[in-house]
Amino acid sequence: MTQLQEYASKIEELARELGLDYYPVDFNVTPSSFMIEIAAYGLPVRMPHWSFGVRYIHQLVRQSMGHSKIFEVMFPGNPCYAYLMDTNTVAENSLVTAHVVGHADFAKNNQLFARYHRMAGGNIVEKAAAHAHRIESAVSEFGLQTVEATLDAALALEAHVDIDQEMHRERYPERGTEAGQVPADMFHERFNRLPGEREPQQAPRQAPRLPVPPRPEYDLLWFIAQYAPELEQWERDVFLAVREESMYFYPVFACQIMNEGWASYWHARLLREADFLPHNLYLSALKSHSDVVRPFASNQNTALAINPYHLGFSIWEHLVQTQGMEKAREICRDEDDFGFIRNYLDRDLAEKLKLFVFEADADGEIRVAGRDINQLREAILAPKFNYGAPRIAVSELRHDGTLVLAHDNAGDGRGLDLDRAARVLQYIQRVWRRPVRLHTVDEFGRNRELAA
Amino acid sequence: MDPLDPAAPRTRIAAETPWYELFSRGARDWLRHNDKVREAVTGNLPELLSGSDILTQPTGRTVLVPVKLLEHSRFRLREAQTRTGAGQGQGEPGDVLRPAQQHGEDAGEGQGGTGEGELTFVLELKVDDILDWLWEELKLPDLKPRTSANMQDDELVREGWDKRGPRARLDRRRTVKEAVKRRAIQYREDRKEIPFTNDDLRFRQLVRRQRPAVNAVVMFGLDVSGSMGEAERKLAKTFFFFALHGLRRQYANVEPVFLAHSVEAWEFPEDQFFQVSGSGGTVSSSLFSLAIETLNARFDPSRYNAYLFYASDGENASEDQEPAAAAMERLAGRLNYAGYAEIGVTGSRLRQTPLGALFTDLQGRGFPAAMATIARQDDVWRAIRTFFSEQAEATA
Repeated sequence: MTQLQEYASKIEELARELGLDYYPVDFNVTPSSFMIEIAAYGLPVRMPHWSFGVRYIHQLVRQSMGHSKIFEVMFPGNPCYAYLMDTNTVAENSLVTAHVVGHADFAKNNQLFARYHRMAGGNIVEKAAAHAHRIESAVSEFGLQTVEATLDAALALEAHVDIDQEMHRERYPERGTEAGQVPADMFHERFNRLPGEREPQQAPRQAPRLPVPPRPEYDLLWFIAQYAPELEQWERDVFLAVREESMYFYPVFACQIMNEGWASYWHARLLREADFLPHNLYLSALKSHSDVVRPFASNQNTALAINPYHLGFSIWEHLVQTQGMEKAREICRDEDDFGFIRNYLDRDLAEKLKLFVFEADADGEIRVAGRDINQLREAILAPKFNYGAPRIAVSELRHDGTLVLAHDNAGDGRGLDLDRAARVLQYIQRVWRRPVRLHTVDEFGRNRELAA
Repeated sequence: MDPLDPAAPRTRIAAETPWYELFSRGARDWLRHNDKVREAVTGNLPELLSGSDILTQPTGRTVLVPVKLLEHSRFRLREAQTRTGAGQGQGEPGDVLRPAQQHGEDAGEGQGGTGEGELTFVLELKVDDILDWLWEELKLPDLKPRTSANMQDDELVREGWDKRGPRARLDRRRTVKEAVKRRAIQYREDRKEIPFTNDDLRFRQLVRRQRPAVNAVVMFGLDVSGSMGEAERKLAKTFFFFALHGLRRQYANVEPVFLAHSVEAWEFPEDQFFQVSGSGGTVSSSLFSLAIETLNARFDPSRYNAYLFYASDGENASEDQEPAAAAMERLAGRLNYAGYAEIGVTGSRLRQTPLGALFTDLQGRGFPAAMATIARQDDVWRAIRTFFSEQAEATA
């Protein structure tokens, strides 16, 4: 038994004593080359695509220049998989073990994680590897260029899933229940189905056909998989595979501040209470801890980004101190970052942490805009809306098979980057195989229709 | 070619090596990215190569083209006029954390640097590949060497063996083979070694063959008078580079000759050629005369196809007009083809230049000559196309 294994099992023992509740964690100590790949792909084994190669090379360069240090990568599931770097010290890896246990606890208890765990099952790592394998065999059957065209489109739309939907979604009903009655959105559809809300009705024999889509459809990956006029079965599988992985990543994305904060809170606490650790090991682990949760890069006193480890850690410490562990666990169960920041980052804490809103002009000038708590919360959350992507919906599927997409520019506040949008339309067109159109606005607010 | 090689993961292959150490998916996808860049590059070769960034390797067999990493596009919002974000640290509302960038141009670039597009790398392309592509894309015909009875070359080639011959041409390998064959069929009871006999000896034979001459001399003439500036020379250099490599496709042996002139003309070695700067007036006849002398002195017309590519801004001293025309006419008689590239960076000229008139006249009288104007890098390709397609017609 190595030193690390010994410490790790004692840390886990301590964690259970302190009430952490999690699925078993499968720890792997891996070389840095493999860690870099996991960081680039987001999963230990994932479908091949050249864009991952670009990310890989960026990661490799950052790593070799010492700009970033990977401590761990952890995949929630049952079991969870955690990857530790073999070049990190025993002190660092002891810290990482405690940190991972914190993540595992969060992933089992947070409702958003739990919902996706239910939908996707607890074995996404294996599933992703199976996706990769299927795509590899598609490559050998249909050729790299063909498969790559499908992946270009599917991966470009990675974030365009409807996170309120089920993983396994039926096609739209073909006919409405009542003439002209199409529920405005999924919420109303479910609301109408609540017991007591409406008398159950027999569908009239000749209820009108519903248009496709019956309402703007934001789940682009699903829509293309289901309704593309000439999609091959394997291409459909590619779209659904990307969608499945994307939905798996969503809780990690939407709870990053909470999750990293929770794990940091627990690694700090577990190491503090681990009397079996030698004193000097504790000290160097503590140093790693302060490197991870520090707000600024060394020898600077402002940062133009907020370190989620630092922010989450600070909020959790504050919550546990003021409201107790039981309440903290409740929050951990119920919230995602939106609720967490809006409800629990209060004015006093923001002031104590010296958080501010900044504005950056096109000429490069950056100035402090203010410290208003509401603006601040929204500035922190802004990159997280709609999975970080513009809101684009399928608005119409025409009789000739033309796909019409509409960008909700009013909601997003401005139009799309037109060059990029045109390239994405080309990706889509190559699998849709019929005309594709997209409505958005240009920099002067004029309506623009892009076509491919 | 991968500038990042030193950072590549170390390989350690042992019995207990886990599977993921045996190959790198990241590296494989990175190579796939590079292939895509290469495809994209060949699709945009004229633009890329005409960019001023192209660097020629010392060996001249490859060129380096700086390229950006490909971006896998996603839907993104347009850059906002004013970007807001959350930060942490000291500062009162209104405090400037970073002043505006001074130079207007760089500000845009700096903003663009928020993504992952900051890395660039250098792609090495083989000149031969570029030319293959170019010939295909511009649909250029292959050059035809001028063939005539006296364009034949005698050479001695080996052909067959004989039992007699001078000792120096004894083919030992073949001789031993003969001996082995003979011994195999000669049975001797005492199994003693059978010695070599004179019958075993084989001598290589040579025959005299006639071979078409596939040598070419290409003479590059450059006007280095004061009016040819840095930009003009660069255009001329690009043009010469591709003209030379284009000829190399057709001839086994191309000998370039570099001639420069202002009032007088000199021959230069290649490495000094483009550094030469002269001043003063322009006397083109000096270059044409030097070209004739060089041809006569060193290149036997029966063995060499001769080409001239001449780059100038088109000006010539008025008193030299007649001597130049006469010299060029004499020279044209010796040439397979003469290409004149008029370099005019300062915009299109309405009037015909003296040298332009000279070459137009020459072409009109049926000499194998043509001219093209080069004002921008793009024009280099047009010029190459003009010369190589015209040349094929002229000798057809």
